[in-house]
Amino acid sequence: MPNMLAVCINGKECEVEFGTTILEAARKMNIHIPTLCYHDDLCLSGICRICLVEVDGEKTLQAACSAPITRPLHIRTHTEKVRKARRNILELMLSNHYGECYTCFRNQNCELQKLAKEYGVDSLRFGHVELPRHTKDTSSRSIIRDMDKCILCRRCVRTCHDFQGVGALEAAFRGIDTEIQTFLDHPLGDAVCINCGQCINRCPTGALRERDRSDEVWNAIDDPQKIVVMQTAPAPRASIGEEFGLPPGTSITRKLNTALKMVGFDYVFDTNFAADLTIMEEGTELLTRLKDFIVDKKPVSLPMITSCSPGWVKYCEHYYPDYLPHLSTCKSPQQMFGSLIKTYFAQKIKVDPKNIMVVSLMPCVAKKYESDRPEMSASGFKDVDYALTSRELAQMIKETGIRVTDLEDSDFDSPLGLGSGAGLIFGATGGVMEAAIRTVYEIITGEEVPFENLNVIPVRGMDGIKEAEISFQKTKEDWKFLEGKTLRVAIAHGTANAKKIMDKVASGEAQWHFIEIMACPGGCLGGGGQPIPTNENIRKARAKAIYDEDSHLNIRKSHSNPQIQMLYNEFLDHPNSKKAHKLLHTTYTRRGKI
Amino acid sequence: MKLESQTQNIARAVKRVCDEYHSRREKLLQILEELNELYGYLSEYVMKEVAKNLDMQVSEIYGVATFYSFLNTKPKGKNIIRLCQTVSCELAGKQRIANALENELGIRFGETTPDGMFSLEYTNCIGMCNQGPAMLINDDVYYNLDPEKAVDIVEKYH
Ligand code: SF4
Ligand code: SF4
Ligand code: SF4
Ligand code: FES
Ligand code: FES
Repeated sequence: MPNMLAVCINGKECEVEFGTTILEAARKMNIHIPTLCYHDDLCLSGICRICLVEVDGEKTLQAACSAPITRPLHIRTHTEKVRKARRNILELMLSNHYGECYTCFRNQNCELQKLAKEYGVDSLRFGHVELPRHTKDTSSRSIIRDMDKCILCRRCVRTCHDFQGVGALEAAFRGIDTEIQTFLDHPLGDAVCINCGQCINRCPTGALRERDRSDEVWNAIDDPQKIVVMQTAPAPRASIGEEFGLPPGTSITRKLNTALKMVGFDYVFDTNFAADLTIMEEGTELLTRLKDFIVDKKPVSLPMITSCSPGWVKYCEHYYPDYLPHLSTCKSPQQMFGSLIKTYFAQKIKVDPKNIMVVSLMPCVAKKYESDRPEMSASGFKDVDYALTSRELAQMIKETGIRVTDLEDSDFDSPLGLGSGAGLIFGATGGVMEAAIRTVYEIITGEEVPFENLNVIPVRGMDGIKEAEISFQKTKEDWKFLEGKTLRVAIAHGTANAKKIMDKVASGEAQWHFIEIMACPGGCLGGGGQPIPTNENIRKARAKAIYDEDSHLNIRKSHSNPQIQMLYNEFLDHPNSKKAHKLLHTTYTRRGKI
Repeated sequence: MKLESQTQNIARAVKRVCDEYHSRREKLLQILEELNELYGYLSEYVMKEVAKNLDMQVSEIYGVATFYSFLNTKPKGKNIIRLCQTVSCELAGKQRIANALENELGIRFGETTPDGMFSLEYTNCIGMCNQGPAMLINDDVYYNLDPEKAVDIVEKYH
């Protein structure tokens, strides 16, 4: 039995374990204490002091987020002293804050603004900043930094170092000179940043945001010469409802289709189609590597590692450049999709690809960088013209006055609008692995995976690192070399976990054959372009929505998608064909660590 | 060729200092102090090498190097004047000393004289609070300053 202590907060009594923080105790009792530097996902830092409370027997106010309870306590959370202190802190923060709420992308979703309202800040007692003191850093393809709005909570720093294991951002100098900077204040575009956007998602203010492409997309929509094609990824469909007031975990895929047509997109397709295609290409690539290794004894790069997460790809380019040959050469579904639109689809509708604009709805900020990579234009045209985040698209829809939640459902367009459940679960950590296993197992044995309802449970869930084994019996003629063999797989999400996996691969400690890595915690559903806030519970709710949707679909295996079969028959011949290689595969670049 | 051997020398020196402390992360401050002493400042290259040796992010090294006023990330003059800016000295008349030093040297705080003789900086409390205003020139402490006295002292370093 752990050591239990009696705590009394505002007259309410409760027992908590030794070491519980005051904030945790209060939350347990449903008592609200404001926070700013605290974030559910991050380690404690206790620097903003907004969470101050009065503790009997203590001379000074205590920071609830970081004060552990080590003796029975009487705590009061809204005495005069506390209220005054909180208001003082806010007024001081505002005295150092240059920003105009009505031109700020966090307007009405800003924690600083919300607190100022909650604590009745009605004057700028200590003055305020009248002119910008920093120039915006617009050097990154994905992220814009506006340090005039920074309140130095260091949530981005902790996100980047601890959560993502990257460390692009750091608090430099001290006291009133403190600033969040990159190494030597280099432009973010030149720093070791993987564009994951997790820092944006943790920032309480408008200091960090994505590079907004919605104006360009509007221009394309308004241009009568242009056919504008939209592809939507699974993760944003399970989250964008949050931007319209729906509870986390409400998927609005088909209403969104209707809305997108009303906004003015000419075609609305499903990125899951391209996810199915990725499985065909990547599954074949894996089997080829295994055959080369086992039968032909050729030197091949195993384990093979997934390449659909552009944040992970860039992390690998910076930190594990020697392991780039291990990455699958497959482009991500977003890019495969774009490439097919500018070729296969353009031919089908007999339109010059230069008049086609591909826009994608993504949960991701790194997708912007990815779509701008020079190698992503094998067709002679940029695969994807603009990648929008869930937040940007929600903003565009709000501008039209369309009430998504009231709309009728409608289907995706054909022929790139059909995706299987396997493609759908790409949005959750473990999803690519599960989809690959569903297909690869069936190719090898001719039978469905031996899991109830096709649900490969061992690869699901929010553990940072997951491992599983699948052995092959009764293999088909072509795959006899795998008879009785066991495929060992691993899954990591969040690049801090990717590092752990890669270090095991490098030391030879682990013998995996296939690894799925997603840069963002929870996989794409926790992506840096998703609605703010995102935290553990919200990630779980979005994951549930995605798996539920999968379990209700008729087609749940990539290779059973008839439109995929049609694409190979009409256009690509077979997986990993020469044409497929040209359009759907890519190369990587070695980059420095610092 | 020459440049290459120079960077190699620096890399070797950084490694030697890091090795002395078994490349332990918690010894970062001592390591940076030694290297700051050796080169007068912590260059971009030195910080990167330290990061490599300690398996840390270079931004962390930078964060620490900029936090302490006795560590420099830019080259400094031969003599570094550090005037205390903390409350007691502030109340004892720091500002007048600051003005006198700026006038005498013709530079502002944070700058170095064109001849490379003096850098002018602020520091936080140096433990002379009861005898402020106080300043350091290199490792020498001066206190109970007034503007004339401060200027006279600086002259001795020319
Ligand atoms: S960061 Fe918040 S408080 Fe500052 S301008 Fe933006 S909305 Fe307003
Ligand atoms: S985008 Fe990711 S890698 Fe870049 S600064 Fe933000 S958290 Fe760090
Ligand atoms: S950029 Fe945002 S998250 Fe980072 S310290 Fe400033 S306010 Fe906090
Ligand atoms: S939330 Fe507790 S100190 Fe910032
Ligand atoms: S305040 Fe200046 S020495 Fe302490």
